[in-house]
Amino acid sequence: MFEQIEGSRAVAKAVALCRPEVVCAYPISPQTHIVEALAEMVSSGVLSPCEFINVESEFAALSVAIGASATGARSYTATASQGLLYMAEAVFNAAGLGLPIVMTVANRALGAPINIWNDHSDAMALRDAGWIQLFAEDNQEAVDLHIQAFRLGEELSLPVMVCMDGFILTHAVERVDLPTQAQVDAYLPPYSPRQVLDPAEPVSIGAMVGPEAFMEVKYLAHAKQMEALRLIPQYAEEFRAIFGRPSGGLAHAYRTEEASTIVVAMGSVMGTIKDVIDEMREAGHAIGALGITLFRPFPTAAIVAALRGARRVVVLEKSLAVGLGGILATNVRMALAALPIDVYTVIAGLGGRAITKRSLHALFRRAEKNDLDSLTFLDLDERLVARQLAREKERRKSGPVAENLLRDVGVIAARNY
Amino acid sequence: MFQVRIHGRGGQGVVTAAEMLALAAFDEGRYAQAFPSFGSERTGAPVVAFCRIDDKPIRVREPIVTPDALIIQDATLLHQVDCFGGLKPEGHILINTGKSLAELGLEEYLAAHPRERVLTLNATEIALRRLGRPLPNVPLLAGFAAMTGLIRLEAVEKAIAERFAGKVAAGNLAAAREAYSRILSSLERAHV
Repeated sequence: MFEQIEGSRAVAKAVALCRPEVVCAYPISPQTHIVEALAEMVSSGVLSPCEFINVESEFAALSVAIGASATGARSYTATASQGLLYMAEAVFNAAGLGLPIVMTVANRALGAPINIWNDHSDAMALRDAGWIQLFAEDNQEAVDLHIQAFRLGEELSLPVMVCMDGFILTHAVERVDLPTQAQVDAYLPPYSPRQVLDPAEPVSIGAMVGPEAFMEVKYLAHAKQMEALRLIPQYAEEFRAIFGRPSGGLAHAYRTEEASTIVVAMGSVMGTIKDVIDEMREAGHAIGALGITLFRPFPTAAIVAALRGARRVVVLEKSLAVGLGGILATNVRMALAALPIDVYTVIAGLGGRAITKRSLHALFRRAEKNDLDSLTFLDLDERLVARQLAREKERRKSGPVAENLLRDVGVIAARNY
Repeated sequence: MFQVRIHGRGGQGVVTAAEMLALAAFDEGRYAQAFPSFGSERTGAPVVAFCRIDDKPIRVREPIVTPDALIIQDATLLHQVDCFGGLKPEGHILINTGKSLAELGLEEYLAAHPRERVLTLNATEIALRRLGRPLPNVPLLAGFAAMTGLIRLEAVEKAIAERFAGKVAAGNLAAAREAYSRILSSLERAHV
C-alpha cells in the first residue's frame, strides 16, 4: 500500500514485516527513527514475538545482536557514523562468525571535525569487514533492500549492511509502497540457521583458530561473499515476481545506450544525477549513469559489462581515501583496468555538502571535454583552502584548522539551504 | 514541479508543516517530497524545511534553491536569513505577521511583486486563540492552500486528522479554516 512516510519509519515497517525476533539498539545519537519506531511496535505488541533490547553502546548493540543471532534468532540493529566505528570490532566478528544480522547504516560523515551530516565515510571505513553492503537509491529501494537482505544474509550465513543516506533519505517524507505481510512471508522463509547455540545440543561458536586453518576460514568467507553475486540477481527477480517492481540487483544502468560518458555513483545522489542525465540527453549529450547497488562483494563483471562501451567514466562518490583519492573510484578503476576507458574520480557531498544539479551539469560537461583532473573535489571552496594554507605558511602556530575555517566562513545557522 | 521552502525557528513546527504539505499533496494523488534542512535542531534557531510537489516521481535530492513559494513562519528572520534567496519571479510569499509589509520594512523591496503573491497572515494569533499554543504552522499551511490553490482545504484537514488527535486536531482544524477564509478575503482585496 502506498504511504506518504518518512524514510526511517518506512524502513522500520519493512523490518517489522520481516519478523525480527531481536532488535537491539543504542538509542542515543547517532541513531535513527528506525529503532525508535521498532521500539514502539514491540512495546505496543504490533511486532510480536520480538524482544527490543536497549543497550549501553553501539558495541553492545552489535554484540547483543551477535549473541541473539547465534541462538538462531533473526536479529536486527541500526546505526551510523561514529556509532558504526564504535562497534567496529563486533562488525568484523559478526562476519567472521557467519551470523546473518541485518543492520541499517544511515550513512553519515566521520569526525573530526564533528559533523552529523551525510556522506559515505562510515560504511566505507568498514567495507572490508566481511559484510555484504547494499546501497539504496531512494526510500522505496531502502524498504525493498531490507527485505532482500534478510533472505540473502540467512541463505549465505553472512551479515548484511543496508546503507541509506542519512538525513537525505532517512528524514525525507515521500511516497513508498509498503508490502503486505503475506508478500513478505511468501518471499522470506523462516530463518534456518546452519549453526545454533542450543542447550539441548551444546556446541561452541567462536573458536580460536591458529595458522593451521585461519586462512581457510577467511577464504571461505570470501568465497561465500562471491556467491552473493549469483544469488542477488536471482533474489531480485523473485522479488519482482512477488512485489511487482524491480528492486535490488547488482547495479542499475540508466540511459547508458550509446553513451560515451557514464557517471557511476551510489545512493540517493543517483536521483539528482538521473535528472541531470535526462536534461543533458535532451540537449543531445551522449551520457548515462550506473548506480551501484551492491558494493561488497564488488560486482566487477556487471560493472565491466555496463561500462565497456563508454569512452570515459566519471565516478562520483561521497567518500575520500585520504592520501589516495576515491574508494568507489579505485574499485571501478580496478574493474576497468584492461579497457581503454578514462576514469575520473570526483569526491562530492562530504559532510553534507549539497550536490546540486547545477554543479553536476558543469562537471559532466567538463568531463565530456576531457577537462577534468583525475581527482576532483566538487564545489571545493578554493579560496577558503588558500587562506588556511597562507596562514600556515605565515606562522608556525597557526591554530586548529576547523576553527580557523569556520571563522573565515563566518557561519550563521540555517545559512546552509 | 512546484517547490516550497518554509522558514521558521526550531519549535514552530517548520518540519511538520513541510511533512503535512507533502501528506496533503499525496492525499490528492500527487507525488511529494518533504525534507528538513539537516542539522542539529534547537529551539529558537533558524530552521528551513522543503517540500516538492509534482505529477511524476521526484528523484532530485538537492535542497530547494529556486522555490516557487515561500512560507515565512517567523518574520524576525526576514532581516537575519536570506529568506527570499532564489525565489522565482512572481513566486508566492506568505508571511506570518500581524504587521504590514511597510512595518516589516519590505514594502520597497517587494514593490514590484504582484500584490496577490505576497500576503501576510497573523497565524500565531490564530493559533493562540484556536489552539492555545503559538504554533503557526497549520494555519499557515491552510493559508498557503488558499493562496496558491495547489492543495484543497479538505486535503489540509485530512492531513491534520492524520497527524494530530483530540483537542490538538480540533484546535488546528478551526485555525486552518479561519486562516483559509482570511487568505481568501486578502486575495479578494488584492484583486480589487
